Amino acid sequence: MNEGLRIDRLTVYRQGRTLVCLDADIAPGEVLSVMGPSGVGKSSLVRAIGGFLSPGFATSGAVRLGGRDISALPPERRHIGVLFQDSLLFPHFSVSENILFALPPGGSRRDRCRRVAELLAPVGLKDLLDRDPATLSGGQQARVALMRVIAAAPRALLLDEPFSKLDADLRASVRSFVFDIVRERQLPTLLVTHDRADAEAAGGRVVELEAR
Amino acid sequence: MVNSRTTNIPLWVRIAPALTIAVLVGPVIAGLAGIALPAVGFAPLGGSSAFTLSAFARVTAEPGFFTSLWLAFWIGPVSALISLTLVTGFAAAAAGTRSFAFVAGLLRPVLALPHAAAAFGLVYLVSPSGFLLRLVSPELTGFSRPPDWLIVNDPMGLALLAGLVLKEAPYLFLALTSALQQADPRRADIARALGHSRMAAWLHGVFPAVYAQMRLPIMAVIVFSSSVVDMAMILGPATPPLLSLRILGWINDPDFSQKSLAAAALVFQLGASGAGLVVWLAGERLVSGMARRLAVSGIRLPGLPGVSMLARSGLVVVALVVLAGIGLVAVNSVAGIWRFPDALPRGLNLTVWAERAPELMNLTANTVLIGGLASLTALIAVMLCLENEYRSGITLSPRAKLVLYAPLLVPQIGFLPGLTVLLLRLGWDGSLLPVAFAHLVFVLPYTYLMLADPWNAFDTRYLDTARALGRSPDAALLTIRLPMLVGPILVAFALGFAVSVAQYLPTLLIGGGRVPTITTEAVALSSGGNRRLIGAYALVQSLLPFLGFALAAAVPALLWRDRRALRSGGVV
Repeated sequence: MNEGLRIDRLTVYRQGRTLVCLDADIAPGEVLSVMGPSGVGKSSLVRAIGGFLSPGFATSGAVRLGGRDISALPPERRHIGVLFQDSLLFPHFSVSENILFALPPGGSRRDRCRRVAELLAPVGLKDLLDRDPATLSGGQQARVALMRVIAAAPRALLLDEPFSKLDADLRASVRSFVFDIVRERQLPTLLVTHDRADAEAAGGRVVELEAR
Repeated sequence: MVNSRTTNIPLWVRIAPALTIAVLVGPVIAGLAGIALPAVGFAPLGGSSAFTLSAFARVTAEPGFFTSLWLAFWIGPVSALISLTLVTGFAAAAAGTRSFAFVAGLLRPVLALPHAAAAFGLVYLVSPSGFLLRLVSPELTGFSRPPDWLIVNDPMGLALLAGLVLKEAPYLFLALTSALQQADPRRADIARALGHSRMAAWLHGVFPAVYAQMRLPIMAVIVFSSSVVDMAMILGPATPPLLSLRILGWINDPDFSQKSLAAAALVFQLGASGAGLVVWLAGERLVSGMARRLAVSGIRLPGLPGVSMLARSGLVVVALVVLAGIGLVAVNSVAGIWRFPDALPRGLNLTVWAERAPELMNLTANTVLIGGLASLTALIAVMLCLENEYRSGITLSPRAKLVLYAPLLVPQIGFLPGLTVLLLRLGWDGSLLPVAFAHLVFVLPYTYLMLADPWNAFDTRYLDTARALGRSPDAALLTIRLPMLVGPILVAFALGFAVSVAQYLPTLLIGGGRVPTITTEAVALSSGGNRRLIGAYALVQSLLPFLGFALAAAVPALLWRDRRALRSGGVV
């Protein structure tokens, strides 16, 4: 069972000036949508929660996962999965190698491959295992990217405009694919988007950020 | 059907690629053909003309031949491996942090430095009478005279190895940073979010794509190291020296029978350089296989602070050693009496500078003339090639890139002697123009590599706008693209100039010893051991490329002082 994600008055500063601020509790399986025009600092918010802000940025406040403050931890120890608008599949790995890379260590090679197959089969991606990621369609790439995040067994999820590069007809299906998995795995999820339809499809609360 | 772009490209733009390719590949092929004949006994450059393979037997019987050959084989891959490790470790630990930009700034002047000057700096720093030992003598060492250690010119070739790394690491770092601009740093973020430590995430997620772009520069480095001449004279072992040095000796030997030795040894040189490349490619497969197995095992390598610190500091040490060396070169040129354990000279004077001023002026004039001619020609050729690529919509294939690297992937000592013979036959030798032409062969690739990215990244909608306002393509090129790209164009020119200034072997061979430049004379001084003289020559040699880059930075700043978007050297 997952615990919630608590964003405790998290404020991001750039060169000493406040850029963006958020205070929110996200329950397991809930999707909180953060909306706002471009340039308002949505991506910086995602990077702050994930732990990879660039130099020149600073934060105050805290990010708590299961009651524990993780804001001082490096990204690799936060157990928060991130999905960007590009799938960012590793181009030098096949689809299954991309998932194997994310899977926690342990088990024989054969064992691990079986787990990858088990992960991808129920979501209809099993046929793609040996493919070069560059040959996948946009929708397939987006699905594989999500399953790669899931393979690492995250305890929360950050979605940074993950649907904005998809064609309109694909967007709806990828959206429901993502939100089904979020609910099924009971992941507290923060979605950042400028598209109101995304927020509506997520079905959770919506926070509006305003331009400063 | 009308092709929208290829129509009406003027001839002077269309023929540029063919001419450029001819300059890049022609000398290499001609030079190699020139040696193939004497190697088997037919010697158009004189000497025995009997058709015989005995030269091979004679050259292998030369004392220490296989020691020279062995060094030529291993020093390429090993120096490349050390340099690549330093550069990759640093990038893995520091990509996206402030220290990355800091170190990049620190390495920029190092990159511009000629090999010979960097080598002299290393000598002044680490030799038994060098600065480091002076600092701790006699307090810690008890030495009142320089110890009898073979630190430079050591028989193993370690000093040469160190010198090569000092120059190659900055070069590979440049190759890495330019490849990094096309890599998506978020791949490392993704890998970290999946639980991999900072360095592991970068190595798994970003490096493979970056490395693919670094392969040709790395191969150029391997070939260069295996056949370097100027650095081998200054830092390399003496008995026996690196194979390339012995070849040069046989070529310059007045005894004609030695020429066939040189030709036979050249074949061995090509073999040693080639073997170095083969070993590298094999190692590449091995490492990439191991990395893939590690990645799919899902093992998360822990981020060890010690490793990260070490990885961050390696390149800084390289930069500091080179910069300290140049400082010492400068001090030596003005040093008065400077006895051994003294850390600093007793007094400073300008005696050497005053005595040698006329000669230094002459050499500088020669160097600047040759460098200016070669890099300006290269710049025009490259701009025409790039413009042709844009207008015809043809982009460079990977195979075409191989052509670009052709003169860098064959040892200089491998094809320049043959080229010299050829030019001699045509009566085109021993003067400035042929030397500038030989430099052009090596300047062209660097100029192209430097300018291609900014040229291609230029927002061509500016050109479309100019066309829509009634300008011809040529007018758009001259009045819009060139002025907006003046920064990158000048940097490419300065890099070409720096490459030309550093050339030793082409100047020596094609010039027939009759076209002295600051580089040939500085290297020639290395055996004499006159510290002050070497200091003055090496300092002038290192200042020339700097002046080029300083000019390249100053001109756009002045030209565009009222144009904010262009001041930093271009819109891209």
